[in-house]
Amino acid sequence: MGKVPKKRSMADKVRKTKTSTEIKNNPFEVKINRKKFDILGQKSKHDVGLPGVSRSKAINKRKDTLLKEYKQKGKSSKFIDRRFGEYDTNMAPEDKILQRFAMERQRNHDKKDVYNLNEEEELTHYGQSLAEMEKFNDNVNSDDESEEKGLLSAELTASHFGGGGLLRRKTSGDQEGGEEGAPRAKSRQELIEELIQKSKQEKRDRQVQKEESQELTEKLDHDWKNIQALMVKKIPRADRVEEEKPKLEQYDMMVRELVFEMKAQPSERLKTPEEVAREEREKLQKLEADRLRRMMGDQVVESSQSQTHMSADDLNDGFILDKDDQKTLSYQDGKWNIEEEKGEDKDGKEEEGEEEESEAEEGDEEEEEEEEEDEEEEEEEEEGSSEEEDAHSDLESEQESEDEETQQEEEETSAQPSLSKEELNAQQEAAKAELPYTFTAPESLSDLKDLLQGHTPDNQRIIVARTQKSNHASLAVGNKLKLQKLLGFLLEYVEDLATRSPPELTTIDKLIPELYTLCQMFPEAACKTMQSILGDAGHSTEEVLEVKGHLPFPTLDMIVYLKLTALLFPTSDFRHPVTTPALLYISQALTKCPVRSLQDVTSGLVLCCLAVEYVSFSKRFLPELINFLAGTLHLAVQDKTSLGYIVVPPFRPSGKCSDLLVVSDSESCKSWSQKSLPLSAAQLLELKNNLDKDHHRLTCLSTCLDLVKRCCLLYKDLMSFSHIFQPIRTLLSKHLSAQALPDPLKELHSEILEIISGVPAAHSRLILEKKKPIPLKLLTPKIVEILDYGKKRGSNREERERERLKHKYKKEFKGALREIRKDTRFLAREKLNEVMDRDSERKKKVRELFGSLATQEGEWKALKRRKNK
Amino acid sequence: MAPAKRRNVSLAKTAEKSVKKAKIDLNAKVEIILESRKNANDVFDVLEALESEKEKDVGSAVNACSKLFCTLLEKKELFLGKLPEEEEAVSGESSAEEKYQMFMRHRYNSCVELLLEHLRHDLHGVQENALCCLMKFAAAEGKHPLEDLDWTEHYSFPRELLQSVVDRLLSKTTDNSLLISRFQEFLEMDDVRYYVMSSIRENVGKVMDKNKGALLPIFQNNVFTLMSNISIPSQESELTNFMVQQEDKHEDWKAAKLNEHKRVFERMWLGFLKYKLPSNMYKKILVILHDSILPHMSKPTLMIDFLTAAYEVGGAISLLALNGLFVLIHQHNLDYPDFYKKLYNLLEPSVFHVKYRARFFHLANLFLSSSHLPVYLVAAFAKRLARLALTAPPTALLIVLPFIYNLIRRHPSCRVLIHKPTTEGEVLEDPYLMDEEDPVQCRALESSLWEIKTLQKHYHPDVAKTAMAINTPLSGKEDDIDEVLEITTHELMERDLKKSQIKNIALEFEIATELLKGGGNVLGQHFCLD
Repeated sequence: MGKVPKKRSMADKVRKTKTSTEIKNNPFEVKINRKKFDILGQKSKHDVGLPGVSRSKAINKRKDTLLKEYKQKGKSSKFIDRRFGEYDTNMAPEDKILQRFAMERQRNHDKKDVYNLNEEEELTHYGQSLAEMEKFNDNVNSDDESEEKGLLSAELTASHFGGGGLLRRKTSGDQEGGEEGAPRAKSRQELIEELIQKSKQEKRDRQVQKEESQELTEKLDHDWKNIQALMVKKIPRADRVEEEKPKLEQYDMMVRELVFEMKAQPSERLKTPEEVAREEREKLQKLEADRLRRMMGDQVVESSQSQTHMSADDLNDGFILDKDDQKTLSYQDGKWNIEEEKGEDKDGKEEEGEEEESEAEEGDEEEEEEEEEDEEEEEEEEEGSSEEEDAHSDLESEQESEDEETQQEEEETSAQPSLSKEELNAQQEAAKAELPYTFTAPESLSDLKDLLQGHTPDNQRIIVARTQKSNHASLAVGNKLKLQKLLGFLLEYVEDLATRSPPELTTIDKLIPELYTLCQMFPEAACKTMQSILGDAGHSTEEVLEVKGHLPFPTLDMIVYLKLTALLFPTSDFRHPVTTPALLYISQALTKCPVRSLQDVTSGLVLCCLAVEYVSFSKRFLPELINFLAGTLHLAVQDKTSLGYIVVPPFRPSGKCSDLLVVSDSESCKSWSQKSLPLSAAQLLELKNNLDKDHHRLTCLSTCLDLVKRCCLLYKDLMSFSHIFQPIRTLLSKHLSAQALPDPLKELHSEILEIISGVPAAHSRLILEKKKPIPLKLLTPKIVEILDYGKKRGSNREERERERLKHKYKKEFKGALREIRKDTRFLAREKLNEVMDRDSERKKKVRELFGSLATQEGEWKALKRRKNK
Repeated sequence: MAPAKRRNVSLAKTAEKSVKKAKIDLNAKVEIILESRKNANDVFDVLEALESEKEKDVGSAVNACSKLFCTLLEKKELFLGKLPEEEEAVSGESSAEEKYQMFMRHRYNSCVELLLEHLRHDLHGVQENALCCLMKFAAAEGKHPLEDLDWTEHYSFPRELLQSVVDRLLSKTTDNSLLISRFQEFLEMDDVRYYVMSSIRENVGKVMDKNKGALLPIFQNNVFTLMSNISIPSQESELTNFMVQQEDKHEDWKAAKLNEHKRVFERMWLGFLKYKLPSNMYKKILVILHDSILPHMSKPTLMIDFLTAAYEVGGAISLLALNGLFVLIHQHNLDYPDFYKKLYNLLEPSVFHVKYRARFFHLANLFLSSSHLPVYLVAAFAKRLARLALTAPPTALLIVLPFIYNLIRRHPSCRVLIHKPTTEGEVLEDPYLMDEEDPVQCRALESSLWEIKTLQKHYHPDVAKTAMAINTPLSGKEDDIDEVLEITTHELMERDLKKSQIKNIALEFEIATELLKGGGNVLGQHFCLD
């Protein structure tokens, strides 16, 4: 039984003695791991295994570790060898000894010995013991040392440190020749003084030298600057001021400046007229496409580029003079002022007053000036009072303007030129003819009115344009707001102009380009203002409608606003925040305003014109327009007994005001000639006699017929064209005969009938749009190209890492489990061995005992036999 | 102590008084009069103040009168029974007590006369004061009747007084609507209301007969104002508010019975409506007919004649009559032949423009919501509405288009109107006959709703979007018309105006140069600036 371990140990011994090649070549030792597939280019470590070798290795290891532990189990005391490097085989024995010695020394070096310097070791200097040196009592004055702090000359240092020995020698020499007083007096202290003086001298010399060199560099700089001025543009004043700066920085700066100085760039080629035209066309095409898209009702996703007004002089090179550093010609106190531009802007208003005031007195004192201004204001007020509306608004603004002016005074007083009265007057006369070039942006509507008061329409336009330019948004921060306000005031001013009697439409006409430009600049502000105007108008009509049930025709200012809307905003959009409500307003007016006079007819026709303009591009259907035109034609029908058509409200088939356009005298047809009506006729119509009235009627009729014709052309493509125009057709063909009309109207008459009859009335039936079939679910596999073979796909790096760790853990776990099993097996085997050893020992002992007993017995028996014998 | 003499004395006294002194403390006077019979003659001062020009004086006089006579009535110091003439009373053989009572009764009567006159006063304040005072008298008289009757068999109520008040209210010359609205507070008392109703009936019959049925716009307006203010409680238990409480047999009193109320109410209205009415009055009546007249009548079917006559008139009146007719058809089993045919013929371009558009479409929606209607009828309605939509304003279009869609949804066989697949390229003119009055023969089913296709090009975005709905199959859910019924143009404008902060405002890119230019230059061609 006890042979087995022995045997194994024998085998181990054999194996150990054998070299590795021997073992590997022994087929009984080798186990070949068979592979299922041969993979090209794959190296495998484990194709051959040596189970015997690895098993013996494992057993040995266990014997070294596990078995020892097992043996130690249950024992509390143990011996640990803590000798340094005792088990370190890598260390040389000498090293070990050295280390051990060092450690021993360290152990002795206790905490309390930290300050104990000279216990054992002697400190030396220059090879001599410091302890010995201390015994020489040369008392070095510590005071001197502190004075000469930081000035270590060669001698000094030498005497202090290196010259320790020398000093000693010298003193010994001095002591020898003690009789001579002077050299003797020149002892240590004197020496030191000398030293000090020397070092001071040296220091002074250095300083002088430094100054000299600095002077030289400065001179060089100066000279350089002179030359440089010739080479490059002049240095800004700011730089010159900062000359005191360290020269090095300045120099660096200059170097850098020279390095980075812009080299001449080739300028951009001027565009040829063809190119400009082409670009312009492309831009227009883009805008047109934009407009069409909006008309179809699609939402505009990207912001449409805001368009800027181009002047005729624009080279189209993208160059914008955003900073107006050119001086504009301006006046102050009737004199050209070139320098004081800033003050001038604000003075615009004052100047005007002065122009009107021929006898302006100049005074240097503030009070006088204030008086003067008051006078001006009074004058302005007087002028304003000729117009009732302006009068009180002036009063309101008085306070403001006064405040403003007091602010300006400070600036002005210093710049008041002293000119003789005559000179001044002459200049003022000259200036009066010309408009100032800069204007303050008005702060209120009355300001604007004051500004534009008394100017011709053309001049008013120029004034507004200049106001706008001198307050351009890029010039100052607040200008944007000012101009937005200006836009609002201008729109209010338009209303003011339109409500005057007679209405000043020419002025409005002149202001249109300015309004357009401002609107292009501030679409939001323009939109908001127009919206509020329309909203107010809509609200008031709503109230009137609730009370009365019908409306009066819109006044001239509203008509002008509606037209302005069409000019400023696109009318063709599917939905637009301004034009859609405006069109609704027109349509409401056309349905709810009863026609009671020729003036109403005119108003209605103006609205119809507007309506046609609104829909002329988009060709949208406006039923109210057709109704109104048919109704207007109906007004011209003489015999209203048997109608083949239905009249839509606000017109009535018959009644008080349904004969408005019937020509009273057929003779007047002959004298009538076509001319355009004034817009103000919608507001105020004065017709003296019957002939005038008849002429007006015929003009209205002609307008109406022309509008009908335009509508026919517009709505030609509508499906229900024939039904829409059926009333007009019946009316024209049966009731309003062409015979009674003048020639131009006859022509229109027949043209309309031709167009109406020329449009086909037949249409194919309505069918719903075909629904797109829902596509079937596709079942073909999805093919993905794989580029990186061998890697796990479908996961990102983190997941892959986690997978890897999990796999590793699993592997390790299994391995650990296996090891533990092997350990237990090993221990069990050891225990069994122990038990068997114990048993065999006991058996041996028992056998021995038995043997001895047997021999005893035998001996006893033999003795007994012997006795018996 | 002849009363005449007394009067002379008092007259002399007042003449002496200066104008300022005339402003005597009337209340003190009243106290004196009530204190002792000796001062009875002071009552003339009070009555004189009643005739004063100044509103203030009249006001205080009215107050004084009401206090004086109400107290007298309470004290039963007014003569009861048939009143002899003043002269007779003086000369007659009766005790001083009786003579005093007669005297006071005469003063009371003249006071009432004066107050009734004041109902025609120019100043509203005076009118109101007088009216309140009269009603106080009426209440007092009701409690202490002036007739000398056996009150166990009769019901006391100051009918004559009320009748004369009503007569004055229903003036032929002045519009009393303000006063009548003040009077409304008394109409809340059930017995007052009852007797006022019968007085109105009598009054209207009398006046109109006298005038031979000709139009009396102001009178009729007054009558209408008064009558439209009358509303009858729906349950008998609500009849609790009485001016005069009857002691005996309260339950048997006519004014306490709801049925009697209803009968009187009905007779009042029928009596009013049987005469010729101005057309705006017609409209007013028809507007309130269905909810404030018909439910309170005992036999609403009696209104049939009136309603059918109104329905035949045409135009807006017919539209309004629809509502009453609907109530009758719906709740009272009225069989109206050719109702739908007439409704069909009511559809004119003007329905989109009249004030009662919302009401009409609400009712039309109700009438056409029946699923038992023949297809041809529904198709005819849809087609006619579509044709009329070509002349309608956008607010009406927003009603009509969903209306048509709802018709097609309810009657899926009408789908041919918007979806009728035929052979390729076949074109036809619209076979629908607009002028045909009979929906059976108008051939609407053979047609298609090309008009809605046309409206897809309408200028208003909302309308155009709604019209687009026929391009695809209609969704299953009906559109709710009630939401859009009351929409106004201003609200439609607000939709665009109030939109919160639009990002990019599109601008016209054609540079504007002149006022009249641009947009095809239509305005510039026909009009000039000066």
